[in-house]
Amino acid sequence: MLNTKNTKNNEQVAANAKQLAAATNDAAPRVDYAPIYSTGRGLNADIVRAISKAKHEPEWMLQERLSAYAEYQRQSLPHFGPDLSGLDLDSMRYYQKPTDHPVRSWADVPASLKTTFEQMGVPAAERAYLAGASAQFESEVVYSHIKTAVEKYGIIFCGMDEALQKYPELVHQYWGKLVPASDNKFAALNTAVWSGGTFLYVPAGVQLDTPLQAFFRINAENTGQFERTMIIVEPGAHINYVEGCTAPTYSTASLHAAVVEVFVKENAYARYTTIQNWSNNVYSLETKRAQALAGATMEWVDGNLGSKTTMKYPSVYLDGEGAHGTMLSIAVAGHGITLDSGARMIHNAPNTTSSIVSKSIAKDGGATDYRGTVRFTDKSHGSFAHVECDTILMDEASRSNTIPINEINCNDVAMEHEAKVSKLSEAQLYYLMSRGLSEAKATEMLIMGFVEPFAKELPMEYAVELNRLIKMEMTGAVG
Amino acid sequence: MSKLEIIDLHVAVTADGVQQEILSGVNLTINSGEVHAIMGPNGTGKSTLSETIMGNPNYQVTGGDIRLNGRSILNMQVDERARAGLFLAMQYPPAIAGITNAEFIRAAVNSRRSADQQVGVMNFLPELDKRLHQLEMPEDMAERYLNAGFSGGEKKKNEILQMLMIQPAFSILDEIDSGLDIDALRIVAAGVNSMRGPKHASLIITHYQRLLNYIVPDVVHVMKGGVIVESGGPELAKELEQTGYEHLGAE
Repeated sequence: MLNTKNTKNNEQVAANAKQLAAATNDAAPRVDYAPIYSTGRGLNADIVRAISKAKHEPEWMLQERLSAYAEYQRQSLPHFGPDLSGLDLDSMRYYQKPTDHPVRSWADVPASLKTTFEQMGVPAAERAYLAGASAQFESEVVYSHIKTAVEKYGIIFCGMDEALQKYPELVHQYWGKLVPASDNKFAALNTAVWSGGTFLYVPAGVQLDTPLQAFFRINAENTGQFERTMIIVEPGAHINYVEGCTAPTYSTASLHAAVVEVFVKENAYARYTTIQNWSNNVYSLETKRAQALAGATMEWVDGNLGSKTTMKYPSVYLDGEGAHGTMLSIAVAGHGITLDSGARMIHNAPNTTSSIVSKSIAKDGGATDYRGTVRFTDKSHGSFAHVECDTILMDEASRSNTIPINEINCNDVAMEHEAKVSKLSEAQLYYLMSRGLSEAKATEMLIMGFVEPFAKELPMEYAVELNRLIKMEMTGAVG
Repeated sequence: MSKLEIIDLHVAVTADGVQQEILSGVNLTINSGEVHAIMGPNGTGKSTLSETIMGNPNYQVTGGDIRLNGRSILNMQVDERARAGLFLAMQYPPAIAGITNAEFIRAAVNSRRSADQQVGVMNFLPELDKRLHQLEMPEDMAERYLNAGFSGGEKKKNEILQMLMIQPAFSILDEIDSGLDIDALRIVAAGVNSMRGPKHASLIITHYQRLLNYIVPDVVHVMKGGVIVESGGPELAKELEQTGYEHLGAE
């Protein structure tokens, strides 16, 4: 092991982790997993049936899966966006049932990622988690707190598979209402073969300030290929949900096609924060959609680093009067990475407001494209939308396109759009360096300043991790 | 004792592919303990001189030399020059959102220190507060984004704040008086004067004699057409106030 500044800290954490691991695993609610089971490579209707059977699902879910599979076969790949021809859909494994023991050992993780972890000073506990271990040990205290709150207020917070077993009517009532299988090829694929993901139900009026974090769902599948997440926020309730991990998430699977549906009822508030940093073999093709009813607010906070190709355009359907939707995103694309992301704001009721702030950094030949839609339907009188795209290109080889689509079918609405693509400002760089900062340090500070509006919206530990990661990404960007 | 020497310095800028000479053989020697002032009309090369000494890449040295303690600094990057002791209070410092003033100044201070001598936040902030107080700047200036939304006067004070925190050996102050009201001018001048001493030298660039009532220079130079046309004591500045620059440098 390399000696890093954090080596000592890591040793301590590892020691604590060992102690906590026993306690955590005993205290945590266990999902009763069967031994490893795999449907092999490729996909057909029998495999879809086998998945449903292995999970002991109700008949309606099997039918959902089968009709989605038919839809998947009918649909073609998206007619826009990055090249997906490298995606070999026939040789993938669509379902493997994990055990609640680590499925991978640290020894199996590629050396390049291990080096990355060392450079980052990722604590040992987190490394074990990333390597496939099931629990985030240090979270025990927070977990207990969350668990108490969850039980006290009647919040349901569990894995999607568990929710389907325990609350089948609730799941059925909302299933596919925002993202029908017919929406796109990968939504259809997800619906046919989904596994894992989060189910979160917040009763009316319940306001939880502490962010609910996905990794507190101990023993659930953490980085499933086809996660399905459903969040229902009843009238007047407040929730802040955080998922993801800032450290590179090593995955042997080359496709991740998640579907997320968020229902934000009257005067409710929901924030959904994601940080993703896939390893560079992954196609991340996600469909995330939220509905905001009258007076409700839906906020997406979305950070994307890594992957081979990402296509992700979280949307908010502003379906009730005065609803508000926001998207704040940061994308960092290095060598060989194409991040095609943005947001969709659908103004479908009077006096609705939306804001999209998209920040991106492309370096070493990476590409970050903003692709966003703002639609004002004929019901959107008095509505307002703001779109702001800000990109830094670190070198000549990197690319960025801004592709805004504005559809306006109502004559008393207002919209602002600002887009800026620039290099790192030489005047700013010169100024910082004239105070003694090296070019590398000055560049790092400018990048961190650029990212700051995003980072300050994150829970502290995520902000620290994100900053650390971006700093590391930037070393090597300076020639 | 340190010494900054400008020797027959020729500097050009390139605009639209055309190189134009701005400085045509400037000679100047500044020793620590001294305060020099450069005066002269607009567009005469005063800012070019200060930016060139600092190492702004937009200015090309086409002849001559700049030496710090006998060693040429022409091949040194701007950050190396800064760490070697040079400081430039800029005429138009850029605003940078997302970086706090305190964070930036601490990074600047630490860039001069070895890895095991870095100043932590807890030791840094009291010193910063002291300097803010000295310049009659509110404490929240520390947590604001660097120069973002600062008034003209706040920017100038903030340049002086950085100088006081960094404690450079040579300070070049490029029109530090422009846009200052009389109270701010007095405060800024007091800040500059507090740096005076055997270990510090400064080069003050100004249009107006007014500043030199507050910071009395040891030597006054007049620049015109890219060269220094006259040098003298503080009385030269007063004289210029009466006569203007017109008659100087006429061949």
